[in-house]
Amino acid sequence: MSTVVDTHLDHDDHHDHKPTGIKRWLFTTNHKDIGTLYLLFSFLMFFVGGTMALVIRAELFQPGMQIVDPHFFNQMTTMHGLIMVFGAVMPAFTGLANWMIPMMIGAPDMALPRMNNWSFWILPFAFIILMSSMLMPGGGPAFGWTFYAPLSTTYSTDSTALFVFAIHIMGISSIMGAINVIVTIMNMRAPGMTYMRMPLFVWTWFITAFLLIAVMPVLAGVVTMVLTDKYFATSFFDAAGGGDPVLFQHLFWFFGHPEVYIMILPSFGIVSAIIPAFARKPLFGYASMVYATAAIAGLSFLVWAHHMFTTGMPVFASLFFMYMTMLIAVPTGVKVFNWVSTMWRGAMTFEPPMLFALAFVILFTIGGFSGIMLALTPVDYQYHDTYFVVAHFHYVLVSGAVFSIMAAAYYWLPKWSGYMPNEGLAKLHFWCSVISVNILFFPMHFVGLAGMPRRIPDYALQFADINAVVSVGAFLFGFSQLIFLAVVLKCMAKQGDKAPAKPWEGAEGLEWEVPSPAPYHTFDTPPTIEEPVR
Amino acid sequence: MSSGNTQHEKYYVPDSSIWPLVGAVALGLIAYGAAHYVIEWSNQEAGFGHWFLLAGIVVLIVMLVGWFRDQINESQQGLYSAQMSRSYRQGMSWFIFSEVMFFLAFFGALFYARMIAVPWLGGASNNVMTGEVLWPGFEAIWPLTTTPGGIETQAMGWGLPLINTLILVTSSVTLHFAHHGLEHGKRGALKLWLAITIALGLIFLSLQIYEYVHAYRDLGLTLQSGIYGNTFFMLTGFHGLHVTLGAIMLIVMFARVLKGHFSKDNQFAFEASVWYWHFVDVVWVILFLFVYIL
Repeated sequence: MSTVVDTHLDHDDHHDHKPTGIKRWLFTTNHKDIGTLYLLFSFLMFFVGGTMALVIRAELFQPGMQIVDPHFFNQMTTMHGLIMVFGAVMPAFTGLANWMIPMMIGAPDMALPRMNNWSFWILPFAFIILMSSMLMPGGGPAFGWTFYAPLSTTYSTDSTALFVFAIHIMGISSIMGAINVIVTIMNMRAPGMTYMRMPLFVWTWFITAFLLIAVMPVLAGVVTMVLTDKYFATSFFDAAGGGDPVLFQHLFWFFGHPEVYIMILPSFGIVSAIIPAFARKPLFGYASMVYATAAIAGLSFLVWAHHMFTTGMPVFASLFFMYMTMLIAVPTGVKVFNWVSTMWRGAMTFEPPMLFALAFVILFTIGGFSGIMLALTPVDYQYHDTYFVVAHFHYVLVSGAVFSIMAAAYYWLPKWSGYMPNEGLAKLHFWCSVISVNILFFPMHFVGLAGMPRRIPDYALQFADINAVVSVGAFLFGFSQLIFLAVVLKCMAKQGDKAPAKPWEGAEGLEWEVPSPAPYHTFDTPPTIEEPVR
Repeated sequence: MSSGNTQHEKYYVPDSSIWPLVGAVALGLIAYGAAHYVIEWSNQEAGFGHWFLLAGIVVLIVMLVGWFRDQINESQQGLYSAQMSRSYRQGMSWFIFSEVMFFLAFFGALFYARMIAVPWLGGASNNVMTGEVLWPGFEAIWPLTTTPGGIETQAMGWGLPLINTLILVTSSVTLHFAHHGLEHGKRGALKLWLAITIALGLIFLSLQIYEYVHAYRDLGLTLQSGIYGNTFFMLTGFHGLHVTLGAIMLIVMFARVLKGHFSKDNQFAFEASVWYWHFVDVVWVILFLFVYIL
């Protein structure tokens, strides 16, 4: 790498006067501080949402009603979904973007640092409001995270109003965060950092940010219609007034499907950084990775109705959405092929980030294959709303998105904290997680194919054995995450080996040119990039 | 430094600021207060929701004033570089794009209702039995003056909206003249055309209010009168809110122009307001076409 980096370290140290105390975190404009806040917040939400998942799995351990009543069970499935999507996965990616994108493109900070802080601090308020809705008379939202009308209009409790406004301000937060990322990438790249030299994490976030700005306002529109239908007697989703509940699903999934890619494209960027580093080979097919990401994002706007095959749409529409959905397998296949080709004849080592990245490639691909099964309209009639769907999206979201976030954390923790994650504990965390996640989600395919519906607190007796296994896997997976917490806390407490500037031998990128931990301000004066940095 | 790259001089990273946190508190109060206010209002019970909402709005206004005052001061001190002004412009463009997508959701609802939901309720496509069994006697027409449930209303004409269209399109032109005045240092023309633009915007809003009164009092067209009333009021209502916001922005710009702010090289806030105004104008033209005429 012939990157000319002149970071003026003495100059940096000179300016390294951080504000101290709580004010530093409340009023900060520093992308690293805000990134840390996002990551810690998402970590907290991961445990809150995970606890709710364990309530669900405890109830489902045996058939019959044991622990919670059905209404509370429905609140758990709803809040688990909302918290994991909007509270854990999305803020984690935004935190990674905040920390890494300015350092990866040689920028001193995000383009709009104050708005950046605003984006973050909205989130705690939004989630306090959302979770406080569970204390309302009649309980919290119980209509599933997809809040289909009329469940969320005619048949919902008053907590819906809190849900709607919480979603509104979360959306504002996401849109501002995305605008910040996209403007940072367009306007803050160091000299020589052309678009096609950007690391893939930056590229995937660039496209993710576009998706966020395009679809979060549609979510705002649809929750507004839910609010007016419930409280102001409009009939967007009510046939008696000329509306249609299916309209809700169209609008929701027009947001919802790109949202799915919002939660996976940054993962692709993370894995595309880690696999070359530990295979000690440049990424295979960089340009095709970029085009594949863009193609996935473009197609994501044309596939939304594959969530709705059973609502009864014209055959032509079903066919269109089926073929468009299957087409997504092509760019996704390009990506998996490229990762495998990158590893082909590489000098591979298996440090914790690489282990999680490898598990990502394999398990995400399993989730992708079950996605193709679900994309087939006639077959979907059988699978719709069964545990097969639950298995599918947990494979792509847990062993996909969440594993990639863990890989990213292990990969960049040395840069963030200045200390190496404890390798023994990290590997223990990996093996516990990768085994238990499969005990948890793989058997769900079978009960789903056999007809077990999702979002039901009780089930037929023939599903009992598999559900018991699934619940055991769930508790194993949940408690395995405490090992991850321990590793992160050890790094934050400055325990363990000090990390060099570049702790991973094969790693490439500007972030490894600055010391570990990264100084409070990096690239006050931009570096000049003369060769591709990937 | 590796080279004398003037394009990327030192980037001004603003000092830490209290306003983002204040803004987050404001949005939290507004969300919490608005939700409780809606609940209390619909249950007709007394409560504290409106106080939270009010407090949130006050805090939001304080935040906007404080934040923009800081920005304006920093801008007037010349702290901002060309690169920053590009960041602001790009940020504003993406914000307007997000607004376009917000309106798209409501236009999508309108198109779906007109092209699919209402015809299907009337038995179109393969839904003959839906019409026969569930909604016998329902006639699928647009504007939907009688809903399947039997609510009746009258359709809104497009005489007054045509005048409103002319007013708003004219205001876009006059605002362009104002911008032209700024670009060429003609402060008098700038003030005059900007004032005319604001006046046209306020006339537009007054006529919209008049139209709403007419709809509720004379036509029986309300927010509750089925999907036609829903799409009509939600689209024109959100558009009206955006015109209000745009007018407030232009009024602030007018005050700043009077104070001697803005020049050919330092005019981001003015330009952003101009873009926003053109955006609400374009939305109106599309809205006029699909809500009123077709």
